[in-house]
Amino acid sequence: MPELGIQDVELGADAAALKKLGLWALRLYSPLVAVDPPDGLVIDATGAAHLRGGEEAMLHDMVVRLAASGINARAAMADSWGAAHAFARATSKPVIVVPPGETATLLQRLPLAFLRLPSEMVDQLRRLGFERVSDIASQPRGPLTQRFGPELHRRLDQALGRLREPIEPIRAPELIEARWQFAEPIGAPETLARYTGKLAGALCEMLVAKGVGARRLDLLFHRVDSEMQAIRIGTAMPNRDAKRLTRLLCDKLETIDPGFGVEAMSLCATLAEPFETKQVRTSLLEETPDTDVSSLVDILANRVGGANLYRFAPVESDVPERSVGRIAPASGAVGRKWPASLPRPVRLLRKPEPIETMALLPDHPPVSFSWRGVRRRISRADGPERIFGEWWKRDAENNAVRDYFQVEDEQGERFWIFRSGDGEHPETGGQSWYLHGIFG
Amino acid sequence: MAGFLPFGLPEMDARLPGGGLASGALHEVAGAGNGALDGAAAALFAAGIMARTKGQILWCVRDQDLFAPGLEAAGLAADRVIYVEAGDEQTALACFEEGLRHGGLAGVVAEIGRLSMTSSRRLQLAAEGSGTLGIAIRRWRRQSDAVDFGQPTAAVTRWRVSALPSAPLAAPGIGRARWLVELIRCRAGESADFEVEGCDHEGRLALPAGLADRSAEAGARRIAGGRARG
Repeated sequence: MPELGIQDVELGADAAALKKLGLWALRLYSPLVAVDPPDGLVIDATGAAHLRGGEEAMLHDMVVRLAASGINARAAMADSWGAAHAFARATSKPVIVVPPGETATLLQRLPLAFLRLPSEMVDQLRRLGFERVSDIASQPRGPLTQRFGPELHRRLDQALGRLREPIEPIRAPELIEARWQFAEPIGAPETLARYTGKLAGALCEMLVAKGVGARRLDLLFHRVDSEMQAIRIGTAMPNRDAKRLTRLLCDKLETIDPGFGVEAMSLCATLAEPFETKQVRTSLLEETPDTDVSSLVDILANRVGGANLYRFAPVESDVPERSVGRIAPASGAVGRKWPASLPRPVRLLRKPEPIETMALLPDHPPVSFSWRGVRRRISRADGPERIFGEWWKRDAENNAVRDYFQVEDEQGERFWIFRSGDGEHPETGGQSWYLHGIFG
Repeated sequence: MAGFLPFGLPEMDARLPGGGLASGALHEVAGAGNGALDGAAAALFAAGIMARTKGQILWCVRDQDLFAPGLEAAGLAADRVIYVEAGDEQTALACFEEGLRHGGLAGVVAEIGRLSMTSSRRLQLAAEGSGTLGIAIRRWRRQSDAVDFGQPTAAVTRWRVSALPSAPLAAPGIGRARWLVELIRCRAGESADFEVEGCDHEGRLALPAGLADRSAEAGARRIAGGRARG
């Protein structure tokens, strides 16, 4: 290979780059991130994945973002650090999520090389005929420990989740952090809440001094058994109101298990942005109610996840299901409207449902239809409203046509039905009827 | 205690203590028949009420199937509504209460099935405290669950909206929707029912042309035993 370039390994630079990558993951994904040298990151996603739409979505997001910056990454989610480490390196798939509780069974089939053991030990084990994790797990412990030392079973137990392996999260000096060390471990929920408030107050003072507001806050609980528990909250706008932040953090306190006690707490503004101060308007006229809903948006977003809180906005498209887009709840007024002259139902089915119809003439609405087992006679109808496929989006829509009718049955209930195709040309659609929405 | 939001129809407003829908209170709306499952007319009825308020609206749903252009046709501009997709009933109730308690919203609408006395009382207290208008759209997954609507709650009024055949037009086509709006329960008032035309583009109901010149008494028949049903 004549064009093959050779570069010396720079271990120091690699480690520094890995730490930078870890800080990036800390900002984006989870409060508990540590480097797993030489080539990995370990992330405790407990209670953090929901903000990214679930575990699998979070891993996909991670791999795609890394690929965009030229890093070929593989991600795995499992019950323990050791297992996730092994699965990420063992499979060829970019993303793998091991369902909770199945880690132990799936781990048995992996070669021993993935257990984070020294390579000489793996070689010796292979010479003795131990290839896979199951070979070791089925052997009595005594003789193996005598021969190879405690390391072998320590790594095995860590991977199987029998032995705890706390993550010491990475921190950067530029992060704004408030910390409280307790003389005696604390555990009562009220005490935790009180110190959360104190930390929020202290942090907000630091934020004011730096002229920034927090967009993402991590509250870490250092337990006496050296385990870590964490709460992560996000806000829509940079924020440094101690009362509001305390409220958001305390909403999540119930997810924390203090175990035998918490010996230290630290609150860290993982993501901080410049804070714009607003002038408070006063007026002699009657006081208008506080119509700022951003605090409510933050509370709800931390409860249901940011993706489940949105506003609708018009999108330029004639296809009904594409004419509506979702935007962030705090975005400014859009101002645009949908055309008011076209009838649109109040409920739109996620997928148009096929209906059986009795139609007499191709250009007319059907005389009756049955939907979900109920037959309805149509007494009044309006239409058709012809909608053409968007050929610039998908080739299959080149000739596609839908003819929409608004129909009313004999009870007065109104539905939005359409025929796929123009009733004449087979290339425009299958000419079958669907129900797409319900008018009130 | 905040004010009252009139419907703008003297026949309806005369039936409501205060001359309109109480603002700092919880109200319930459900559909009848198929409407108990799809909640389409009930959603339009609620949207029409919210359209006549000023400020932001929070709309809590379990699973999203609302179509914003349809709500806008009832006068509720998309810019005013923030949606919460809660995923389950319990979270939807919690978000409902959070919204009512906040005080910066003009109103909160939530689509929920079961509503116990305890949780409805919490919602009512939250609405009273902040003066926010709360509407619970009662919507069930199965028709058999809809009997739950007979159970008492702490809501101030309870409405049922069902579709009626609309008036025929001179030309082929479809006119304004017509609803039977039943006031099943009303605290400090009596139950009544009204035949109205559905929301226009500003969220207002109207009396059908044929009935508009009838007296209020004839337009709003009293239901015998209506209070016992509530």
